[in-house]
Amino acid sequence: MTEPGLLRTAAAALLLALGCLAMISASVGILRFPDFYSRIHPAGKSDTLGIAFVLAGLMVWEGFTLVSLKLLIILVFMLIASPTATHALAKAAFLDGLKPWKRGGDGA
Amino acid sequence: MFEAAALAVLLAAAMALSRALTGPSIYDRILAVNVMGTKTVTLLALIGFIYERPHFLDIAITYALINFIATIAFLRYRERGDLRI
Repeated sequence: MTEPGLLRTAAAALLLALGCLAMISASVGILRFPDFYSRIHPAGKSDTLGIAFVLAGLMVWEGFTLVSLKLLIILVFMLIASPTATHALAKAAFLDGLKPWKRGGDGA
Repeated sequence: MFEAAALAVLLAAAMALSRALTGPSIYDRILAVNVMGTKTVTLLALIGFIYERPHFLDIAITYALINFIATIAFLRYRERGDLRI
């Protein structure tokens, strides 16, 4: 494919910015949420969204090449694996007896 | 453009690392390690684009697979005490 023109570079830059924003908000969420179960939400969801946007931006910048296919493989796998891992994590934590945090209760 | 994205991902990885260090329960640490793995996959892809080396994406695919398996292995070891099938 040809070198990316202005439109594709701008679209890739926008997607990259959205991806980095989602990732930083995921990390801030992981730091600031009060309880383990509330921390799983940013780690599972907006982290996956962040990597999806970043990889989509790279694919838009790259065009239709083998590299884009590899990026697509990573994207599809992460969209499947990341929520599954966080689900297994939550299940293991709950079975291990980690109690969810309640407002006003003792800080977890 | 890619350098700025790589810096932002590094910042996010540093925050996840601080959660891994301070996490009260063991599961916070496993969660932070999982998030760090995702950030590493993104960093690998970005560095592959910065230095114009498409081979880095193969490493990123492998790292994504290993990161998922590692999280599941941590949980199984934690739950069952050993990793025998």
